[in-house]
Amino acid sequence: MSDMDEMEDGSGIVKKFMFLNRKAPHGTVYALEGLEVVLITAAFDQDVSMVFTDDGVYQLLKGIDTKGIEVKDFSKTYRALDGYDIEKLYVDQASMDARGLVEDDLIVDVTVLSVDEMANLMAEQDVVISF
Amino acid sequence: MQFGILVNEGPYSHQASDSAYLFARTALEKGYKVPRIFFYHDGVYNASRLATPPQDDRNVGARWSKLAADYGVDLVVCVAAAQRRGITDGVLGDNFRISGLGQLVEMGIQYDRLVTFGD
Repeated sequence: MSDMDEMEDGSGIVKKFMFLNRKAPHGTVYALEGLEVVLITAAFDQDVSMVFTDDGVYQLLKGIDTKGIEVKDFSKTYRALDGYDIEKLYVDQASMDARGLVEDDLIVDVTVLSVDEMANLMAEQDVVISF
Repeated sequence: MQFGILVNEGPYSHQASDSAYLFARTALEKGYKVPRIFFYHDGVYNASRLATPPQDDRNVGARWSKLAADYGVDLVVCVAAAQRRGITDGVLGDNFRISGLGQLVEMGIQYDRLVTFGD
């Protein structure tokens, strides 16, 4: 059952996986459980991209403090992503603009894309999983 | 054509699992292959055999079990999501099994399409 066993059975195929993060980090479980899938996909040596759009851009916000809502703070996981060879992080320009955010407000280095650029990137993917 | 299906919402409170079921059943009826369906987030509640919906409504869990029996679909429930929500081997409906997220990633790697049903 372990994921390690499955990796050894792997076919050697590398596909382009995009994870589309659309939800705020807290309020629902999607961001937290979505991250778990991203990390496992990287462990399978796949070509992983993460996109943050809509309220998903808040997942990368600096200074998140969850003490008041008494839930786990997984914010630092985003900073550890490069340790899993996950370096392709993209945010949607319009989502940033609509929320008054700039790159400096985010805890990791990202590439900011226009809607057209995002559409092109999406079209290149083999698998898009949306959380 | 092989479809993988990801179900991210629980039964009754959200249409996602109904849509996923109808998509899967239709694909299978038309001769496409759906080797595996993966249940994640609240989607793991689809696997509970403890649910007893009113008799004049659909039984979502039993419907999945029958689809698996009819077509040999592998119904996989994410272990981490299941443990958070109290879904254990003891409450699984027929033909469901609990396994790791690797089973989801494998669907993306091996199948032609991965279709997500969620919010």
